[in-house]
Amino acid sequence: MSLMNDNVNRRGLDTFDWCFLGVIMAIISVGILSIYSVTNPQSTTGFPIYLKQATWMVVGSLAFLVAVGIDYHKLARLSYLLYGIGLILLIIVLIAGKTSRGSQRWIPLGPFAVQPSEFIKIPLLLMLAAYYGATTREGWVRRLIIPGLIVLPGFLLILKQPDLGSSLGFLAIFLVVILTVGMKSKAFGFVILAALMLFPFAWGGVWGSLHEYQQDRILSFVDPNSDPGGKGYHGLQSRIAIGSGQLLGKGLYGGTQTQFKFLPEGHTDFVFAVFAEEWGFIGSIVLLSLYILLFLMGLEIALKAKDIVGTLLAVGVVTMIAFGVVVNIAMTSGLAPVVGIPLPLMSYGGSAMVVNLTALGLLLNVKRRRLSLL
Amino acid sequence: MLDTSRQANELADIQNRLIFVKIGFLMLLVLLGLRLWQLQVRDGLHYQELARDNRTRSIVLEPARGLLYDRNGELLANNIPSFQLYVSLEDIQDREALLAQLPHYVDIDPQEISNKLSIKSRRGRVKIKADISLKEAALIESHRLELPGVVIQPEYQRHYPLNTYASHVLGYVGEISESQLKDPEFSHLQGGRIIGQNGVERTFDEYLLGETGEEVIEVDALGYPKRSLSVRRPLAGDDLYLTLDIRLQRLAEDLLGQEAGAIVALDPWNGDVLALASKPGFNPNDVSGGISAKDWQRFLKDTRHPLTNRAIQGQYPPGSVFKIIMAAALLETQTLSAQEMVPCHGTFPFGRRVFRDWKAGGHGQVDLTKAIAESCDVYFYKAGNQLGIDPIATYARQFGLGEKTGIALPSERSGLVPSSEWKKRVKREPWYPGETISISIGQGFLTVTPIQMAKVASIVATNGRVVQPRLLKASRLRRTGTLKEKPEPPIQQLAISPQTFAHIKEGLAAVVTKGTAKLAQSEFVSIAGKTGTAQVVALKPDGDKDKNKEPQKEFRDHAWFVAFAPVEHPKIAVAVLVEHMGHGGSASAPLAKTLIEAYMGFETTQEPSL
Repeated sequence: MSLMNDNVNRRGLDTFDWCFLGVIMAIISVGILSIYSVTNPQSTTGFPIYLKQATWMVVGSLAFLVAVGIDYHKLARLSYLLYGIGLILLIIVLIAGKTSRGSQRWIPLGPFAVQPSEFIKIPLLLMLAAYYGATTREGWVRRLIIPGLIVLPGFLLILKQPDLGSSLGFLAIFLVVILTVGMKSKAFGFVILAALMLFPFAWGGVWGSLHEYQQDRILSFVDPNSDPGGKGYHGLQSRIAIGSGQLLGKGLYGGTQTQFKFLPEGHTDFVFAVFAEEWGFIGSIVLLSLYILLFLMGLEIALKAKDIVGTLLAVGVVTMIAFGVVVNIAMTSGLAPVVGIPLPLMSYGGSAMVVNLTALGLLLNVKRRRLSLL
Repeated sequence: MLDTSRQANELADIQNRLIFVKIGFLMLLVLLGLRLWQLQVRDGLHYQELARDNRTRSIVLEPARGLLYDRNGELLANNIPSFQLYVSLEDIQDREALLAQLPHYVDIDPQEISNKLSIKSRRGRVKIKADISLKEAALIESHRLELPGVVIQPEYQRHYPLNTYASHVLGYVGEISESQLKDPEFSHLQGGRIIGQNGVERTFDEYLLGETGEEVIEVDALGYPKRSLSVRRPLAGDDLYLTLDIRLQRLAEDLLGQEAGAIVALDPWNGDVLALASKPGFNPNDVSGGISAKDWQRFLKDTRHPLTNRAIQGQYPPGSVFKIIMAAALLETQTLSAQEMVPCHGTFPFGRRVFRDWKAGGHGQVDLTKAIAESCDVYFYKAGNQLGIDPIATYARQFGLGEKTGIALPSERSGLVPSSEWKKRVKREPWYPGETISISIGQGFLTVTPIQMAKVASIVATNGRVVQPRLLKASRLRRTGTLKEKPEPPIQQLAISPQTFAHIKEGLAAVVTKGTAKLAQSEFVSIAGKTGTAQVVALKPDGDKDKNKEPQKEFRDHAWFVAFAPVEHPKIAVAVLVEHMGHGGSASAPLAKTLIEAYMGFETTQEPSL
């Protein structure tokens, strides 16, 4: 292991690293700009939200540096412990968490509120990488059932809050990592069969555990136009915001949907609609391209990682961010139900910002330690 | 090392599979890109419109309604600023909460709000209450955050400075009703507009209405206005000068006092309506300010019918006033000459029946002048019997009875001139000659309106000129400020000889000087007129009237007096009807006299009392 550490690339940042950082900073900046535009007129009292977000960016950058600095293998070895701590935090949330709009998601921590469902994603990524990287996992019990049983409590605890979006994100990371590790067709077929058999029960359980507003959101996804003032309101206003941006957008502060508050949650879940209204199709495509660039760079790191731990860690990070981007934009543009998933790096939120930057730090960590075997 | 190589193989496997992850993500992101193209480029204009609808509200700017003046420029109706309470339907967030809260701040029945909000549309504004008080407006303003969608708009409210005076002529305004909106007549108007609902407000609505303006404002999600996007100024309606002389109008209404009745005064030469009074009246300010359903019911159920314009809608038997037309008919048909003497012994036997004169014992030998002056019934029974119903009907129609005068007021009634043809058609019975006897003294099926009687007086005064009574003298176009006099109406000349009119006038003058209306005699001006008593209980030929017994008021007869003055060069024609006041000579004639004296410029010395 000491050999590996000695082989860490200490030459400083190369072009790839600069590009990687540049893309991340660009996306975060666009996010802060959009948050600024949304909250501009109302931030007469207190600390403006866009400045809070900038502060979180700074905090997240420190986490990023830490995540780059410590060898990911060390972190992977700590992952089970960290995951355990995460589960405990989730249980604390369930017992004593701060409730907001029917969901119990936050642990108050002085002036802040920490969201354990975000933070537990880091141990999840590390743990999955560590589990499959330690030794070859043969058979579907070792490949699927054991890690599944480990992941399940986290998934259920998040679903119980309820935080449908985060729990689905949890599941997505797990599934993509399993698929990447490789499924024997028999085992995979069993998963499908079991899923189909369990679906009615799971649906009943999941549907029943959802809050009424979440059920409404899913129902309204079926036909949002039918009730513009009612349940489909968020989705419809979001689509109006995006669509009315047209090719070139309405310009900064020019978004009427945003500025006149027709668009709810403009600084959090619907920040993409704010951006798309003000910067149009051109801006949206540029933003999408930035994300695509980030994923491609992430997958490039996975491809060139020197070991399974690194590859799976990189795939997990990319999946985590990509899932957020795809589901969030699908949701704001009316392709998916409004399940409440923030747009990674752009939506306002301290926990998510720190977690995402930590994960990206891990990604760069993997990249900077890949040269040891070359 | 074996383990390491196995690991290396597995790593290669895993990394080979990454291409599927990459393709998967890229496909999803391309899908998102396509979706964005669809929303922003392909359907961008559509969403642009939705966004604009979201944030803009169109507000109708009510134009100032045209003002109403009398012939001398005295103000009859104007507009005063007031607060109107609206609800903007798009911006209601919680209907139930709104219904529960609003009555705390405004004096209004929750059911009424509910009714007004129950229209199908989800867009636009609904007026909840007109003319709210300053206190109500302040209360709502201070609770605005709890009442999204509630808007207070300052607007002009119709105001009638003279209150009850001329109420039936002026009419009132009100919000266009649901049924009116379905009427093609109002198809160019939008809901919520204030239109004339009665009187000249109704008939001249097209002049008074003006054109609405529109303001498009930008609002936020709570419906609060942010800025004005465009304004089209409303165009005020035209001001109208009515033919009314408001001093005469006031006097006429004051003369009627608490009694039910009507007074109509015309300029006989051009048909100008100088006064058109109907009592009891109402205060159009009460009705125009958005009357509550309860008050409206109270109005409609009032047994004295204050909303009825008796001057044009009241149909009464003309009584002896009809003898004017009988005189014209019998002279023109040469049934009788003016000088021919007819004996009157107080009764007129007809078949097995006996028709009585109002004066027991009779009038002795009467010629036409005396017959008119003393209102001898027997003279006209005989004349009528010789004439027959159909010639009588013909002359009655020539004098404008049985048809609307065409005055510019809604819901005028035509009265009824019966004929043998009418009896057959409507009653499916032949005309009995005995019925002609009743018609001869203005009873029976025959009914007239006070304005028709004023027109009869005009025709006699001008020796046969027939003019349509008119109310509109001039209009001032708000846009240009030019005053436009209305042309005088066309005049029709009756084919009745001047000699006939001379005889009639001689009789009518004698009515005042020595006949049944000596109370109408003026020391300043010569007045000619005719009294009448419209029977409320049908005339019974053999009826044994108990003269000593005063009947209950609602069964007492209506008192008519129809007059013009001065006799030589008439300037004013008047019809007075007072309900249930008995004889025209005592009840109505003094009123006509006072009115005529006032019009001729003489202040009356004696307060008439009813």
